[in-house]
Amino acid sequence: MKTVIVVGNGMVGYKFCEKFIAASSGDAYKLVVFGEEPRPAYDRVHLSEYFENQDAKALELAPASWYKENGIELITGQRVSDIKKEAKEIHTASGNSYGYDYLVLATGSVPFVPPIPGVEKEGVFVYRTIEDLEDMMAYASQIKAIKPNGKAAILGGGLLGLEAGKAVFDMGLEPHVVEFAPKLMPRQLDTRSSNVLRLKLESMGIQVHLSKATNQILGDTVIEGMEFGEDDQLDVDMLIISAGIRPRDELGKTCGLEMGTRGGIVVNNKMQTSAKDIFAIGEVALYNQMIYGLVAPGYEMADVAVNQILGSQDIIMPENIDMSTKLKLMGVDVASFGTPYMPADKGLSIIFENKTKFLYKRINVSHDGKTLLGGILVGDASDYNILHQMYLNGMALPDNAEELIVGARGEGGSAFGSAMDLPDTAQICSCESVSKGNICSSLLNGESDSLKDIISCTKATTGCGGCKPMVVELVNETLKSMGKEVKDVICEHFEYTRQELYGIIKVKGITSYDVALDKCGKGDGCEVCKPALASIFATIYNDTANKEDVIQDSNDRFLANIQRNGTYSVVPRIPGGEITPDKLIVLGDVAKEYKLYTKITGGQRIDLFGAELNDLPAIWKKLIDAGFESGHAYGKALRTVKSCVGSTWCRYGMDESVSFAIELEERYKGIRSPHKLKGGVSGCIRECAEARGKDFGVIAVEGGWNLYVCGNGGATPKHAQLLAEQIDNETVIKYLDRFLMYYIRTAAPLMRTAAWLEKLEGGIDQLKKVVVEDSLNIAKELETDMQALVDKYECEWRQAVENEEIGKRFKHFVNADDRDDNLVFVPMREQKMPEPWTN
Amino acid sequence: METLFQQYAPVSLEKATVWFKACHERDIPENGGACIKYKDKQIAVYHFKRKQKWYACQNLCPHKMEMVLSRGMIGDSEGIAKVACPMHKKTFSLETGENLNGDLPSIATFPVKLENGFVYIGFSE
Ligand code: SRM
Ligand SMILES: Cc1cc2nc3c(=O)[nH]c(=O)nc-3n(C[C@H](O)[C@H](O)[C@H](O)COP(=O)(O)OP(=O)(O)OC[C@H]3O[C@@H](n4cnc5c(N)ncnc54)[C@H](O)[C@@H]3O)c2cc1C
Ligand code: SF4
Ligand code: FES
Repeated sequence: MKTVIVVGNGMVGYKFCEKFIAASSGDAYKLVVFGEEPRPAYDRVHLSEYFENQDAKALELAPASWYKENGIELITGQRVSDIKKEAKEIHTASGNSYGYDYLVLATGSVPFVPPIPGVEKEGVFVYRTIEDLEDMMAYASQIKAIKPNGKAAILGGGLLGLEAGKAVFDMGLEPHVVEFAPKLMPRQLDTRSSNVLRLKLESMGIQVHLSKATNQILGDTVIEGMEFGEDDQLDVDMLIISAGIRPRDELGKTCGLEMGTRGGIVVNNKMQTSAKDIFAIGEVALYNQMIYGLVAPGYEMADVAVNQILGSQDIIMPENIDMSTKLKLMGVDVASFGTPYMPADKGLSIIFENKTKFLYKRINVSHDGKTLLGGILVGDASDYNILHQMYLNGMALPDNAEELIVGARGEGGSAFGSAMDLPDTAQICSCESVSKGNICSSLLNGESDSLKDIISCTKATTGCGGCKPMVVELVNETLKSMGKEVKDVICEHFEYTRQELYGIIKVKGITSYDVALDKCGKGDGCEVCKPALASIFATIYNDTANKEDVIQDSNDRFLANIQRNGTYSVVPRIPGGEITPDKLIVLGDVAKEYKLYTKITGGQRIDLFGAELNDLPAIWKKLIDAGFESGHAYGKALRTVKSCVGSTWCRYGMDESVSFAIELEERYKGIRSPHKLKGGVSGCIRECAEARGKDFGVIAVEGGWNLYVCGNGGATPKHAQLLAEQIDNETVIKYLDRFLMYYIRTAAPLMRTAAWLEKLEGGIDQLKKVVVEDSLNIAKELETDMQALVDKYECEWRQAVENEEIGKRFKHFVNADDRDDNLVFVPMREQKMPEPWTN
Repeated sequence: METLFQQYAPVSLEKATVWFKACHERDIPENGGACIKYKDKQIAVYHFKRKQKWYACQNLCPHKMEMVLSRGMIGDSEGIAKVACPMHKKTFSLETGENLNGDLPSIATFPVKLENGFVYIGFSE
């Protein structure tokens, strides 16, 4: 058995393992992998997402168990310190040595830190690993606690710098991008597109400083600013250096491999170094005098090295490497492909620019107008994939080449049909080398049946993700051509999405489930479509769950949450968590009378558990008489608006968070939605109400409230994102009306706001456009619809208690007054609980 | 627990010897269910109006042995009438008692007939 040692478990090192396992058979080889980082390889390209969810597992390329299952020995947290070429062995920092037959160096690169005086000061960071991001986050939150308007600078306005800019923007600091060159992204953009991007970034509050050479980092031991020249400085509290990368080539240097003059381990087109059994791949490898700082070429290098080692010697690295990129920088599309800008003797350019909309599109075509040589897109890169394919495949250009970027009627539109027009050989996912033919034939021959299948069997879209729209289009179009429907339909009874059904029911004025089933469904319904329709009816007419109780989820039907033994819980509304001593006493009295287990919930209210169905109306009558209302703890509806005590008592409070939380809870109570809704209001940025963990969160700041939306606790926690800043109470309500109504109308059943936003094309920026700028021209309608729901509110427990007919529902037996004799309670501390389940 | 489950054996129309007058037709909601008591048994009764049919089955869900099936939603799966348990949405055929979305034991079903506005359920004891 031969041993292959891989040094470096980063993106490319991992890809090598994956491809090696797929290509080798039997146990002719043993793979041993060393990684210096504490965890298995993760997706660095999406590092910024870690800021949002702090979920390192989500970034993992494969879990540690994957390596084990495939017989790979993975040794993390271990640096390789030396290579003995002649003895064919490596040494680790902890003093062990291992022999190899083949050695693969995939040690990547490190951020380049220019030797500016003061770079060692506290508050200066680089951005490459999860640990870097964690350090940045900890530091940023320290700054924010003492200085809500703190600033952070990024040194370097290239691709990675702008990516880092997004991270600090999300951390809530004011970002400043400082670039030495006179333009942003100097490698990818021309001057005009850089100007458009700059205008766009500045409109979003990101300051851009071009042509600035930083002489010094100011401050004692902690960074306070940057000095560019005499009387030219910028005060900042934090700095992230993103001034390029340097290959981690020290192992090559010390063992005497051939090196580039400016670093990097020289490789030939077989990825072989000057020692024929040592290979180098990824960002440490110098190929064609270049270090390629992108994943796609790295993955291709991994593929070549695997084939060379396993004996397919004719597979080599191509001469020209495609450096096209498409990115979303802080929500702004930026793409460049082929030769992005070039001298006029090589070809001609067609340029479209509209600064009022921050749009720039440029394509370069050959003199004869027949072939596409490259281009740049800023502001709208929706045509990138197709342009890139035309460039790669040398496809013929249409007669009016300008239509490729300006569309037939001017701005925006595009001239081509679909991805289906591409040749089968067109490479759709360059990270994973998946062609159009691979995708379509897998669907046509029945191997796959959905986008999910395609992703799991080809791995397309799992790299940089840029090809996703095209893959989706190919899958949908191919399935369609095979006569298959591709829709998120509700269930076998309704072949519509929730949003479609909402529209149909509203337009046709349908008000009952049976009519809906007869007019637009089939069969007799089920436990999926019944509650979904109940929710739609509630959204359109705001009838309570009492109107058609048999289509409600069981909890809504009995206006209480069913518990482990079939008893129910009682949760009266306690708006904002504020409650008088008298009401507390009533809760205590009722709980004592009916022997209910009592607990303070995680939503700042009181839950009384263990109520029998027969007792619910009497319990609620007492509560209603004392001024309580239903808390809708059982419904897909507004639950609580959590508050902190705010300026009413708190010495830091900037506004009355309790009053506002109560106002919001009173406004939205009773409104049914696709999933439950939760809110929070905090009196200052210390955020004691955890508002950013809620579907909507409001935080008092200097000059008003900041409004955040689409947060989530629960199974997949997400911080809410900023929708608007420093707005007054009326504006918060106005935006919330629009936001909530928009969500309620368009989300799928049981989709919380966070998941909904994730699916919303264009994300938070699109949401801002709809809610704040009213780009769809529906704001008035959303507000009116919401007001109608608010005006129609009725407490459904009051209805149930006052209406004898409804009251009959709450009986365990319809033919006897007996209680459920199957109930067994056991003592729990000083209260009781249902007997534990045994199966 | 097991013994509780064993109390409920399915009864077919032919085997019904006792017709228990359970309740008035009005006591069971249209397209929904309610529970009746027969001796020490709890029986869920459904008025499946869309199918113009009545169904009865044990109220006990075999998943966690709770008396809750009468509070579940009814509907159909490819034409087969079914009930979904309100606890964890396990579904059972109302025709055969079979668990449609898992491999739990079947529930017992009972024949139902209507006379003069009253609902009768057939038992063999
Ligand atoms: C009672 C309570 C636990 C407690 O003793 O504190 C509770 C109890 C239940 N939660 Fe919860 N959750 C309670 C606060 C929370 C919180 C905290 C909060 O609201 O601040 C969260 C995380 C915040 C969030 O939702 O984003 C929470 C996240 C969940 C989730 C996960 C939702 C998600 O999006 O991942 C579920 C499952 C679901 O809804 O599908 C859930 C589901 C449930 C259910 C309904 C499970 C069930 O179907 O029986 C429990 C109902 C118990 C009952 O009968 O009342 N509960 N649950 C809390 C009631 C709060 C209230 O006053 O209404
Ligand atoms: C924030 C960010 C955003 C990016 N965005 C994009 C993008 O949008 N598109 C794109 O194409 N590329 C992007 N990149 C670049 C991309 O991440 C890299 O091209 C890719 O990670 C290179 O892979 P690699 O395996 O060569 O290096 P790395 O992923 O850096 O892996 C090298 C690993 O080797 C380890 N190592 C080094 N020396 C040793 C040793 N002696 N012993 C043991 N282990 C060692 C290191 O600790 C590291 O874990 C981005 C990078 C960053 C940081
Ligand atoms: S966390 Fe789980 S167990 Fe606890 S209350 Fe919520 S749903 Fe029930
Ligand atoms: S108890 Fe019925 S499904 Fe779990």
